[in-house]
Amino acid sequence: MMRAFFALLGRDLKLAMRRRFDLLQPLYFALLVCLLTTLAIGPEPALLGRLAAAVTWIAVLLALLLALDGLFRPDAEDGSLELMLTAPAPLPVLVFAKVLAFWLVVMLPLIVCAPLFASMLHLPGTQWLPLLLTLLLATPCLAWLGAICAALTVQARRGGALLALLLLPLTVPVLIAAIGTVDAALQGLPMRSPLLLLGAGAIAACSIGPFACAVALRLGLR
Amino acid sequence: MAGLNSELPPLLVTRGLAFGYDEHGMFRDLDLCLRPGTGLVLCGSNGSGKSTLLRLLAGLLLPDSGSIERAIEHTTGEPVALAWHGHHLGLKTGLSVIENLRWSGGMHERRRRMTPASALETVGLDGFEHVPTRELSAGQRKRVALARLLLSPAPLWLLDEPYANLDPRGAQLVDRLIGHHLRNGGSVVLSVHRPDQAAFEGPRQLLDLDALP
Amino acid sequence: MKLPLWFHRLGSPPTFYRFAGRLMPWLYVLAAGLTLWGLYGGLVLAPPDYQQSDAFRIIYVHVPAAWMSMAGYGLMAVCAFIALVWRMKLAETMVLTAAPIGAAFTLMTLVTGSIWGRPMWGTWWDWDPRLTSELVLFFLYLGVIALAQAFEDRRAGARAACFLALVGIVNVPIVHFAVKWWNSLHQGSTIRVFSESTIHSSMKWPLLVLAIAAYLYFIASWMARTRVALLEQHAGTDWVQALTQGDRHG
Repeated sequence: MMRAFFALLGRDLKLAMRRRFDLLQPLYFALLVCLLTTLAIGPEPALLGRLAAAVTWIAVLLALLLALDGLFRPDAEDGSLELMLTAPAPLPVLVFAKVLAFWLVVMLPLIVCAPLFASMLHLPGTQWLPLLLTLLLATPCLAWLGAICAALTVQARRGGALLALLLLPLTVPVLIAAIGTVDAALQGLPMRSPLLLLGAGAIAACSIGPFACAVALRLGLR
Repeated sequence: MAGLNSELPPLLVTRGLAFGYDEHGMFRDLDLCLRPGTGLVLCGSNGSGKSTLLRLLAGLLLPDSGSIERAIEHTTGEPVALAWHGHHLGLKTGLSVIENLRWSGGMHERRRRMTPASALETVGLDGFEHVPTRELSAGQRKRVALARLLLSPAPLWLLDEPYANLDPRGAQLVDRLIGHHLRNGGSVVLSVHRPDQAAFEGPRQLLDLDALP
Repeated sequence: MKLPLWFHRLGSPPTFYRFAGRLMPWLYVLAAGLTLWGLYGGLVLAPPDYQQSDAFRIIYVHVPAAWMSMAGYGLMAVCAFIALVWRMKLAETMVLTAAPIGAAFTLMTLVTGSIWGRPMWGTWWDWDPRLTSELVLFFLYLGVIALAQAFEDRRAGARAACFLALVGIVNVPIVHFAVKWWNSLHQGSTIRVFSESTIHSSMKWPLLVLAIAAYLYFIASWMARTRVALLEQHAGTDWVQALTQGDRHG
């Protein structure tokens, strides 16, 4: 079982490393969102600083959405999804490997670069740490929600817009909790409890997510 | 049903299997029983449901009603493993041939006394280990998928159109692999366009999906 | 776990078709009667509000629609659960037929809420927590409809939509509390059915009557849509043929 897990994880990481330019895609997309937002609201540092955390979060969310169609669709198109589904290893384990690889390849670079985006948007120094912490704790939840939606749409005719319609409403609570935490830190309020809440969400997502995602993959079969 | 090996428990049994695409019934009340060492050849015109039936047997589709049961492996208590070979071969074009065999081997376990190199030699692709899969022709890719089949320890093979895209020598290779697998006590379900395509040695049943009620 | 036998009987398309056909007219008549009664009570009998004068009367449309939009999602999710656990085809169909009705109620809530917002807050749209979560609910409904339509295979689409409805129902309360936490500008909830209510009973009873009317209308309309969907799905079968033959001759 663990062999299957590592075989799949290793394969996805290797494939990602072979196409290094694709790794940059979510990053430059997020940067573009930041750029356009700044152009739309003007360069005034005080105003930008107030919006910085929110804009960074939206940029990360949209970048995630853009990358999500590539989670299961290539596998469905070349038939390796069928190999996963017929493998003796439990499907939730295989799905976990795929989502972990996705998180490492797409989300982790975004998290690492987020402070850079935020500082370009004049984020106040006190909010750096909260922003990073919320990104770290909330992205597992987002990745699993995204994986479930990607699994549901993998056999559908169109991906992109449909995926946005399915995923974005589901991310509302995560976004509110994350931005709420950053705002609490800005106002000098304790952010321990909202962070714990996000952590609980991450743990719940990682434990329920694989099973839900496996069911979703099997349901959409045809 | 299966001549020689009728005393062995079946590898695969279906009872009352029914499936329809949007209510136009494809088949219903289908009872199949596949014993070790036999091949089941599915034939029928386009759209008669050959692929559908194979996908149902592989668990890639849910039947409308009825059941599909695989024999239970004594050592693990799990249903016996199956090896799937579909239209889409499940090869990553960004990986080399050997890397493709490794990840699928990692997921499906591997047969003892068989290495990726020897499997590639059997299918006539020795020396191609480190060639990127995207540089292979359709027929060569099919052979890589056959090598993967060889590496799999699964006793049950489900092959969707294994002869498609292959030259006569490739077709003979498929026949040889199937014949060998049957002699070792495995079972194969395969779909073909014409029944005479499947020229492998060994006991077989023929199911003409056009002739179903 | 097994379903009772009558449930299975009702799940057979011809039985459901006949059953729904017999029940539907009664539900429509009852819903229309209760609506008229409730509207008379709400628009004529109830006294004007001491703060909002006559503007408050829009709650007689807004609040029942809001309740129904949430209850509708609940009903849809129950159907989705039955469809996925017991693999009942009729339940799959009913999820898909419930979604547009629920979405319509949600849209009605949004529109009436926005109209109500004009005299109340002086703006057509306010990011009030309940309106905001209603908007999210609207998107959840749209997601179910869009997902079902994005598949070439109808049943695969229906099953995926069922699963999404279940994911959505887990999300609805979380969204509700998250949005509430995010913003608590709105006036507190004024209807509590099981405890002392803060609004006068002459204002309250028409609301309950209209809520029941909305429920009955939802179910009647749901049945009507499901009947049409069943006819479409089973167009080639004997019982539908018999029905259409009957229509032609009679």
